Formats: sequence, C-alpha cells, structure tokens
Amino acid sequence: MAIRTEELLLNVGPQHPSTHGVLRVVVKLDGEVITEATPVIGYLHRGTEKLAENLNYTQIIPYTDRMDYVSAMTNNYVLCHTVEKMMGIEVPERAEFLRLIVMELQRIASHQVWWGTYLLDIGSLSPFLYAFRDREIIINLFNELCGARLTYNYMRVGGVKWDAPEGWIDKVKDFVKYMKGRLEVYDRLVTGNEIFLARVKGVGKYDAQTAIDYGLSGANLRCTGVAWDLRKTQPYSLYDRFEFDVATAEEGDCWARYKVRLEEIRQSLRILEQALEQFPPEGEIMGKVPRVVRPPEGEYYAAIESPRGEIGCYIVSKGKAEPYRLKFRRPSFVNLQVLPKLLVGETMTNLVTILGSIDIVLGEVDC
Amino acid sequence: MGGMFSGPLTWQNAIVWILASVVLLFLVLGFVTYAIYFERKILGWAQARHGPNRVGPFGLLQTVADVAKVLMKEDIMPKNADRALFILAPFLAFVPAFTVLATIPFTGWAYFADLNVGLLYYVALSSITTLGILLGGWASNNKYALLGGMRSAAQMISYEIPLVISVVGVVLLSGSLNMSKIVDGQEGWFWNWNIVPQFLGFVVFMIAAFAELNRTPFDLPEAESELVAGYFVEYSGFRWAMYMLTEYVYMFAIAALTTVLFLGGWHAPAPFLEFIPGIVWFLLKFAFVVFFIIWTRATLPRMRVDQLMGFGWKVLLPLALANVFLTAVWLEIFN
Repeated sequence: MAIRTEELLLNVGPQHPSTHGVLRVVVKLDGEVITEATPVIGYLHRGTEKLAENLNYTQIIPYTDRMDYVSAMTNNYVLCHTVEKMMGIEVPERAEFLRLIVMELQRIASHQVWWGTYLLDIGSLSPFLYAFRDREIIINLFNELCGARLTYNYMRVGGVKWDAPEGWIDKVKDFVKYMKGRLEVYDRLVTGNEIFLARVKGVGKYDAQTAIDYGLSGANLRCTGVAWDLRKTQPYSLYDRFEFDVATAEEGDCWARYKVRLEEIRQSLRILEQALEQFPPEGEIMGKVPRVVRPPEGEYYAAIESPRGEIGCYIVSKGKAEPYRLKFRRPSFVNLQVLPKLLVGETMTNLVTILGSIDIVLGEVDC
Repeated sequence: MGGMFSGPLTWQNAIVWILASVVLLFLVLGFVTYAIYFERKILGWAQARHGPNRVGPFGLLQTVADVAKVLMKEDIMPKNADRALFILAPFLAFVPAFTVLATIPFTGWAYFADLNVGLLYYVALSSITTLGILLGGWASNNKYALLGGMRSAAQMISYEIPLVISVVGVVLLSGSLNMSKIVDGQEGWFWNWNIVPQFLGFVVFMIAAFAELNRTPFDLPEAESELVAGYFVEYSGFRWAMYMLTEYVYMFAIAALTTVLFLGGWHAPAPFLEFIPGIVWFLLKFAFVVFFIIWTRATLPRMRVDQLMGFGWKVLLPLALANVFLTAVWLEIFN
C-alpha cells in the first residue's frame, strides 16, 4: 500500500502569538516546509484615510497616532510636516528641536520594542523584558511632555502643543548616557549568541534589486547595502545640522536587519547628543498659524524616515479646512508585500523569524 | 528500604512500601509546586522583575492557587478529537515520569529499588513519555498540536541516543548499571566525581537532557512563538496540568540522575565534610542542577528544528561515541 501524503493548509493567525497583531498568513505546508504563503490583511482596518476627509487637519493628528502605534511621534510629524510645506509655515527653532528629539527617542523606543519581540519570537524570554524596561524610561519622558504613553497627539501644524517641562532636557541627557551602556548589555546578551546567529544568518535573504523592486524602505532596504535614509538623502527637519551615519549592512538577511536596527539606535543616540547640546534654552513652540488651517488648492507629498521606513503623506486640498483626499504611504504595508516571496521553501520556524525581521505594525498595515 | 526488595514479600513489607511510595509521590508533588515557584522567581530576578509575590508570604502559595484554579477549570475536549487517546495521552506521559524515580538513590539508604539495571530501567521507561506526547498531539486533531507532537517524537528519539551513549562512560568506570554502585565509586574528594574523568560525557549528557526535557534552548515541541503551544494546545484543565506535571517531574528526575551519575550523589566534596548528612549534599547538588536548567531558560533563545536534528546526530552522537572509546582505551591502559 502506498502511503498517501497531502499538503497541510495552516492558518497562522489572526490570533497567533507571533504575528504581531492580527496578521493572518495562510500557509501550505509540505511537512514543515512552506510551499505557498498568502498574507491576509485588513483585520484592523479603521478607514483612517476616509475618516480624514471629514476632519480638519488638527483633528486628523490623533488618528495618525493609531496607525503605527509603536512610533506615534513620526506619524504626527509626517502629517504636520506635509501641511506646513503646503502652507509655507515657519516652525520656530525650539519647536523643531523638540520634534526632532521626540522623533529620535521614538525611533529608539520603536527599535527596542522590535528587538524585544523579535527575540521573543526566536524563543528568548529575557530580552523582551530588558527592552521594555529601557523603553519605559522613554515612555515616561513622553508622558511628562504630553501626558500620554502611547498615543501622544503631541505635534501641531506649526509647532508642538506642549513645551518641555523644567529639567526634561537633562533627563533626556541622562537617558542617552544610560542607553549607551544598555546597548552593550544587549550585545552581550544576544548579538554574539551562537544559537541566535544560527537562527538568523542566511535566513530571509534578498538582494538590493529585489528590495528596490518591492519598494522596501527603512532597515529592510538598508540591510542590502543601499544607503537610503530620508534623513540624509532628502533632509527634513533639522537633520542636516547633525552628524550621523546611515546604518547599512551587506548581507540582506535577518542578521543584517538586526545589525542595522541596533546600529540605528546608536546613530539616534548620536543625533540626540548633538541636538540636546544645541537645544535653544528658550523660544516659541508654535509658529504663526492661521486659526483655521486651510492649505492652498493643490496636491502635495512629503515623506520622512520612520523607524519602519519611508512614511509618506499625500494630500489633495481643495482649499478647505478638510483634505479632499489624504493618503498615507505606510512602510509596514509596503514592506509586508515581500513576505510571500521570502517564505516559499522555508520552514514554519523561519516564518516567524522572517516575519519578525520585516518589523510590521498591524495598525499601520491596515491603517 | 533496599533490603525489603530482596526479602520475602510479607504484608508488613508491602504496607511499608506502599506508604513510602505515597510519601514519595507527595514529595514529588511538593517539589513540583516549589520548582514552579522557584522557576518563576529566578526568571523574575533574571528579568529584572519580582516574580510571584502576592499569594501567601513571598508568593509561596502562588502555585497552590494555580493548581486549584486548574482543577476547577472546564475540561474542554475538541469535537473531532480521538476521545480514548485524548484521555489516555497525558497519563501515558506522566506515569513513566514518576516510575523512573524508583531507582534513584537519594542517600545510601533512601531508595526504592536497588536494581542491577537501574540506569537501563530509567532510560527504557523515560522513552515511553514520548509516546504520550505524540499521542496527545495526534489525538487533539489540531494542526499545531500535530506539528508539535511530530517534532517532539523526532527530537526525543534523536536525543535519547546520545543521552544513553554518554552515560556508557560512567558505566565503564564504575563497572555497574546499579545506581548505588555508581555513587559509591565516586566517594572521597570531589575530583573522584565522574564529572572530572567524564567531563565530555557530562557535557553531552546535559545537552541531551535539556532536549529530553523539552526545555530552552530545545523547547521546540511547544515552541510558543510558532506552534502556539505545541502538542498540548487543545488540552485544558487537569489534563493540561498532567503535561506540566510530567515536565517538572522529569526535571526532578534528570536533576537527580545528573547528581547520581556525575556529581557524586550523596557524597561530600571532601572526606572531612562527610559528617554533614548525605541527603543535604544530595539536595544541594540537585538544587544546583535545577537552578542551572532554569538559568539557561532565562538566557538562551530557541534552536531551529533542522539545526537541532543536525546537532544531535552530527555533533552529540559522535562526541558521545568518542567518549566511550576514550574511556575504554583509558581503562585498558591504566587498569
């Protein structure tokens, strides 16, 4: 009698510990080897872009918090930045410094979440708690600044809503010092671990051409050796004033993405150090903005570098207080598209490793 | 105790023996209760948090509360599960875990069976547990559970072999499969412990033991991040508790076995410390092994299935064989 074999159709998610939210991946398994993988998205779709058409620009800002909820500050920024560009609003220097500082802190916090959860995916418990303990300091700093821990609603068109409380800048300085030491702990705990290296080296590999073809950005692009970082290549905010390097790696695998993200934390700390030194001791935090924000008729696109890649905001204005059409280019959504290609021929275990290394946030994928 | 085993079977003997077994059962259950507490505390400290500290003084009653909760849980059985196997599987996994404890000598007098083939008995019985895990995964009729069960079968069978071969060196040195004799061969200073002449065997044994225990870095059968919970994903209530119990009783068994085979059992590290009772030394060494197992869990990530199999067959097995060969050559030349 011949033994009958068949492919196993497995639903990974939407309720699954490692899909980082409500992503569902329908995989066909031959033994433990994946022959086909289809991501199914939309479980967290809230229609942000449609809702925005009936809201004025200040009212849209809280919605952007909820897109990439791990990195709300950069989302705030991309909307305000686009509207400011459309209207030609000058942002006071102190406000711009505050924005830059919170964005870089947010980048660190976001990468910490990634680092912790990625190691959790790989089966290591402790890094998750280490990362979250360090992230807690940033969260508390944000809490002091704007009274929220996750959805900040901090920036406004033309500036920021709240000024830094007394002593806040010193606390950030202390954090930068502390975090430098912590990075060494991260390295000692994980980076040199043989089991970890065996799990990530050579897994989920693609080359620069594939990355560009799929429109990947952020660490997913830089891990293939393409030094593309909007903070350097299309400077916005005050990034052209500071010295920092674009973190890249050559391998294009999970290991390279890991290295790039850890290096980005280092570079962010470098930027923070300089920014905190140059921080203007006083000044306005709101520019001259009309009472009702009405961008002139026309279309405009602006993009910035979020921790996950290029986040862009495309606004079509008819000269009213509400946008006619608003579209976010969400890096998680674009980066996720490469997943089916990477998964074919891999095992179930590598599914988790690869998915984690792409670093998606479902709030942003589904928007 | 040992004398009774070879003596004639009388009512008196039988009653004492049954009572002693019940005492051991409660000792083991007590161990499991506090091993879980110990594990959660150590993990807590390793991860910069407190661990359980609410139920009872220092959280000492946390596990008791958890067990009570588990007992009161609804026992859910999937509609398409294989009813008979689903019920049988957790017990099939648990019973061998407990029976292997019979041959482990805790001190010179406290043991149940002074079998001449004690070590063989341990190895033979412990492999039955794999069957319980595989059946549980199969009977649940769940894809994740099936994958977990299959992984477990593959893993435990591959690591069983290096585990067995790694202790052959110890058997060669002491010339017996009897656990008490193995311990007696390690009397005196601590360099007489088998861990020194059998260091390679010890390393292979420990690694294989981790895999046998399904503990980090080899916790693939229940790899939470990919298989949700692995083979017991459909189990709830007390049946689930049986699987957890199995795991911790095996931790007890492996820690005791390591102490007996490699760490000199109940003997003190130096002859002048022999005035301290043997059971104290046994418990100290035993607790250290348990701590080591938990400590590893706090530190290491998980291996991948294919790497695990490759490591077992291509690295551990040759090392274990080399150890046997070297030990045999050593004995031939110097004895």
